[in-house]
Amino acid sequence: MPRVKIARKSTATDMTAMCDVAFLLLTFFILTSKFRTEDPVPVDIPGYTKTILLPEENVATLTIGSSKVFFGVEGIPIRKQMLEEVGKIYSINFTPEEEAVFEVLPEFGMPVSQLKSYLDLDPDARKKFVQPGIPTDSVSNQLFNWVREARKADVAINEKALLIAIKGDSKQEYPTIKTVIAILQKQKVNKFSLITALKTAPK
Amino acid sequence: MAELDTSGGGKHKGGKVRSKKSSMRVDLTAMVDLAFLLITFFMLTTTLMKAKAMDMAMPDKDEQHDQLPVPATRTMTILLGSHNKVEWYMGETGKSAPTVDNFGKNGLRKALIENSDKEKATHGGLPMIVLIKPSDKSTYADFVEALDELNIAGIDIHAVVDITDIEVADLKKNGLY
Repeated sequence: MPRVKIARKSTATDMTAMCDVAFLLLTFFILTSKFRTEDPVPVDIPGYTKTILLPEENVATLTIGSSKVFFGVEGIPIRKQMLEEVGKIYSINFTPEEEAVFEVLPEFGMPVSQLKSYLDLDPDARKKFVQPGIPTDSVSNQLFNWVREARKADVAINEKALLIAIKGDSKQEYPTIKTVIAILQKQKVNKFSLITALKTAPK
Repeated sequence: MAELDTSGGGKHKGGKVRSKKSSMRVDLTAMVDLAFLLITFFMLTTTLMKAKAMDMAMPDKDEQHDQLPVPATRTMTILLGSHNKVEWYMGETGKSAPTVDNFGKNGLRKALIENSDKEKATHGGLPMIVLIKPSDKSTYADFVEALDELNIAGIDIHAVVDITDIEVADLKKNGLY
């Protein structure tokens, strides 16, 4: 008697389609992801129980840590126009090369007089440079002008009001925060966001 | 699994030399594994990196005519001192002795909820108004924490106001400045 043979099927599956989908998704995620920009000072953000997601565009961030203030705004055209306008106020002319560097700079914090020489540095030296923070005094009015010009540029380009977010370090003493809020209120920005981490309320 | 089939290409009678025909099947398992690993990585990093924020509104400083007088009887003032401690009092400054408290479930939160209920009961359901006065010795974390406690206690009417000298003196007396 011949034995009944069980047909053996190959376990190999065709993975081509799966591979296609996987790489398609991978490409999508790579292209849409944006890596976190390094903070100029270590910032440990405080927790809050009810947070909203901050939009990715139309946002200016004021980073406050070690009693220094840093400013950054999203969008290359806005940054360009802001730099030109602030340059006009303090009569500093930025060359196209310097503007190109500034356009991709994440956040900066230095008096406007130092900005030109900072932009001329090569990338490695720029990374090592310890930024002193934007002056918040009312004599030179620098932070005020940066925020104001950023808002003006945003209204001109995006036709939307710029959202201002404050990213403060937990250990930062209140006077610096108070100065920054006062600068914002001076230009009638009474509503802004505080960047916080989501936490759960201890029961 | 991994097969690169190299069959075929046997001798033919014609004597024609044929190149060896290999199967086009390549094992993609490893490649798919890698692709999914990277997808997972990018997916997690993109969603986790989104900044979260809380909204904050400050009272308008310029427009005097818009400002309503705050009924002192319904207000609770919170003073933020150093060492993550707070002081709070009800009503007008100097009328009642401030209570030193700390953050947390049994500290400020309990006080806020109790006072809020009490005020609502005595004022016919009108909500309590909270004033936060951060001193120069308080930290940003205290400030956010205080706002968070108000949020947890469900107190909608609150404002951040500048501290006065009398209140600073009181904080000093309690060693919180």
